[in-house]
Amino acid sequence: MWEPVIGLEIHAELSTSTKIFCGCSTEFGAEPNTLVCPVCSGMPGVLPRLNEAVAVYAVRLGLLLNCSINPNSVFDRKNYIYPDLPKSYQISQLYTPVCTDGKLEITSGGKTKIITIREIHIEEDAGKLIHDPLSGNTLMDFNRCGIPLVEIVTNPDFETAGEVAEFLENLKEILMYADICDCKMQEGSIRADINLSIRQKGGELGVRTEMKNLNSFKAIGRAVESETKRQTEIIESGGKITQETRRWDDNKQKSFSMRSKENANDYRYFPEPDMQPLIISDDMINGIKNTLPELGTQKRERYEKDWHIAKNDAEIITSHKNIATVFEELSEKSGSPSESANLITGEIMRLMNTHSIRPENLKVNCDKLSYLIKLEHSGKINGNSYKKTVAAVFKDNVEPDDYIMKHGLLMNSDNDAVSRAVKKVLSDNSVAADDYRNGKEKAFGFLMGAVMKELRGSGNPEIIRKSLTEILSNGDGRI
Amino acid sequence: MFDITALELSKAIKNKKYSVTEVTEAYIEKIRGNNNKYNTFITISADRALRQAEAVQKRIDSGENISALAGVPVSLKDNISTLDIETTCASKMLKGYVPVYNATAADRLEQAGMIVLGKMNMDEFAMGGSSETGALGTVKNPWDINRVAGGSSGGSAAGVAAGEIPLSLGSDTGGSIRQPCSFCSVTGIKPTYGAVSRYGLIAYASSLDQIGPIGKNADDCAALLSVISGKDGMDGTCTLEKPFDFKSETQTQKGIRIGIPRNYFNKELDDDVGNAVINAAKELEKTGAELEEFDMPLMDYAVEAYYIIACAEASSNLSRYDGIKYGYRSQKAQTLPEVYRFSRSEGFGLEVKRRIMLGSFVLSSGYYDAFYKKALHARSLIKNAYDSLFGRYDIILSPVAPTTAYKIGENISDPLKMYMGDIYTVSVNLAGLPAISLPCGFDRNKMPVGFQLIGAAFSENTLINAARIYQLNTEWHKNKFNTKQVYKKCGNR
Repeated sequence: MWEPVIGLEIHAELSTSTKIFCGCSTEFGAEPNTLVCPVCSGMPGVLPRLNEAVAVYAVRLGLLLNCSINPNSVFDRKNYIYPDLPKSYQISQLYTPVCTDGKLEITSGGKTKIITIREIHIEEDAGKLIHDPLSGNTLMDFNRCGIPLVEIVTNPDFETAGEVAEFLENLKEILMYADICDCKMQEGSIRADINLSIRQKGGELGVRTEMKNLNSFKAIGRAVESETKRQTEIIESGGKITQETRRWDDNKQKSFSMRSKENANDYRYFPEPDMQPLIISDDMINGIKNTLPELGTQKRERYEKDWHIAKNDAEIITSHKNIATVFEELSEKSGSPSESANLITGEIMRLMNTHSIRPENLKVNCDKLSYLIKLEHSGKINGNSYKKTVAAVFKDNVEPDDYIMKHGLLMNSDNDAVSRAVKKVLSDNSVAADDYRNGKEKAFGFLMGAVMKELRGSGNPEIIRKSLTEILSNGDGRI
Repeated sequence: MFDITALELSKAIKNKKYSVTEVTEAYIEKIRGNNNKYNTFITISADRALRQAEAVQKRIDSGENISALAGVPVSLKDNISTLDIETTCASKMLKGYVPVYNATAADRLEQAGMIVLGKMNMDEFAMGGSSETGALGTVKNPWDINRVAGGSSGGSAAGVAAGEIPLSLGSDTGGSIRQPCSFCSVTGIKPTYGAVSRYGLIAYASSLDQIGPIGKNADDCAALLSVISGKDGMDGTCTLEKPFDFKSETQTQKGIRIGIPRNYFNKELDDDVGNAVINAAKELEKTGAELEEFDMPLMDYAVEAYYIIACAEASSNLSRYDGIKYGYRSQKAQTLPEVYRFSRSEGFGLEVKRRIMLGSFVLSSGYYDAFYKKALHARSLIKNAYDSLFGRYDIILSPVAPTTAYKIGENISDPLKMYMGDIYTVSVNLAGLPAISLPCGFDRNKMPVGFQLIGAAFSENTLINAARIYQLNTEWHKNKFNTKQVYKKCGNR
């Protein structure tokens, strides 16, 4: 029986506001070549100077992945010539990366397993080439040049696509919760390459291939399955695996050879003479340790234990850091975590869906929403009005009081008004009233709804129920 | 005004003897009058200089005390980036390249009220020891135009020697300031690595390059070094907290211990050069210094380690010249690999290509350990050797080059001989130390000889003080190539 042995190399763009070696902005999606300076565009004579935030982010990640932090790490030049790399070398770390020997626990197929991490190193991103099919030109955009990256390299500890997916989900949660990377795969802020070989269960390791161009977690799963199958077929038909880099085409669900080991680049790595070693003191490490953020797993535990939130709801809330942040603010301001959780898992999720809003773009006014939670809780508005006003706040950020007044949504607890409405409904719906008297319980619900409608949705359901029961049983309803 | 020092010139301007514009115009006229006889200038930035002169004059008139060198014309080696002034590194590769930013050193010249007159010729990308490898032709030695000016800062040294410019900035990676100073009878300082920002210096070998001053005497050079030195946010390897402040007025060398490397005076060293250097040492002894001979360890490894490290770094530093973004692009190229191959083959000269090939080779997988790593090891041994020597000595005094200026074309086809000409200078760069090169006599052909004083890291003050005292007591630095006047004190050889 053949089994795959898989290792991962993950590139994550750090969420620093400026680039790794200059003061240019790291904003995504700006006009081409507007976020560049002599340094990141590699003009003759420029020198790199390390953005300190980059070291802090890398150490934070190292600590969260249980790594040893190298007190004295060195930058190296990786030399290769390509138009998207204006210096014709990338500043990276080969010989002494900033973090080594980490681990992350995963649970896959009911089993927990430790994935060990070989290293995390810091490097700079390259620019982008845009091939214009109309003019036949290749255009260069250097905005991405010098965006800071960390590369996380695992040992070949994975045996299934499921384990890979679980690891990536866990890693993504850590990166997002610690504000290290926004993990927008569609913007390329996190990218993963797969190293895969196959072996007889428990046997010697085989020759591995490296798979690139994996643009989604789903593509990664498909590529693992496909490559395992491809290698198994080759070996079973008596062939040999070539050590090579392959490119995944997710549309064709197939991979293609990019270059073999013989054609591999010789990067002529050597220590970067323009930079001092990166010194990381114990004080710095302790400072970062003391300000480590609460991760998703820790939040889930706290929500369930301290706030008695259902496990399912806690998972929905922590599925994105932004949602958890909104939840915590709402809970604090409304004083009711359970009603905040209901609001988020119910109305807010529904509204995000309706308006196609991604969790990372979720923006709500927690002051207004928590005020509505309190209004509903204290019986000032009923459930209908609550939902309506929440939607208006979500969509147009209206002033809750104005909106409630304007639409007459304040709960109508006026006994006379309610009994007038009940009488009108019973006279308009004498058939339903008779049905109820003849034992059709269902008709009561219909009548409740009709009264509520008559009161433009703002009636107090308890008073309506009371009044309706009373009038029906008195027989006064018959006119 | 051509006969006085830069410091005197600035004083004369302050005292209204000359206006900045008068000085600027006179120097431009002198440069143009020489009609490129020595091939020193690549670019003359006359219009810009005259505008600058007016602005500086206004500042002086308003009573602003700008600096000790305010109003003094200055030039820069053409590998130091100057905003809006073409910067070519004397290479076809960068012909037409106009930087969009100023090097920090260039910025500081302007802040000090100095007037930038232009850019100086050099060996292509600072690779060479004779200023013969540049795409714009050979720099000629004012003392004998059939001889080289030395290199790679040959344009700067010859320009100062010819009186075309009172001060110039050069760069020194393996002797490129000190050796042309020695060949042209001017004074120059290679500062401690990390004393002057390299931001804007177009890199040859990043771990060795340093910008430094070239001038008529040690005082002028010290004043210019004060202007350009000190920390810069744009260069993480520039570690000197505050700019140098050379105030010491000591007239004695009492208690100063000078070590002389006995094994430098071997059969490779020209006798006339050796004698002149020994006489310089004796002169310093007269002013109170104590001399002691020693054997310089690891002498045989310095040149080899230097060329491996420098070429390795150069191969990477020069890989950005790919014909894509700026500079030369071959018209023959049809495909991307051809753009690279043809542009680089046609754009770079022979010596640059030789060093790129050498550097790529020593970094290649399988050769890294055998060459590059060993060279790094040798470098750290050399550094340690110097460290322990500076426990015993304040200054090490040595020749700058084995010979005086040789004939143009004499050595250019023998790279190994050329490389060995760097034997006394490269170890200073490998160890990141400061050194000052100053004139100390002439050989049988009436060609100038220089010597160097080497100090511990950031001991520029000690070196400049010794050089100043030496120049107070000798006249070698005052000799002019065109007067044939040999000052009295030259007779004490």
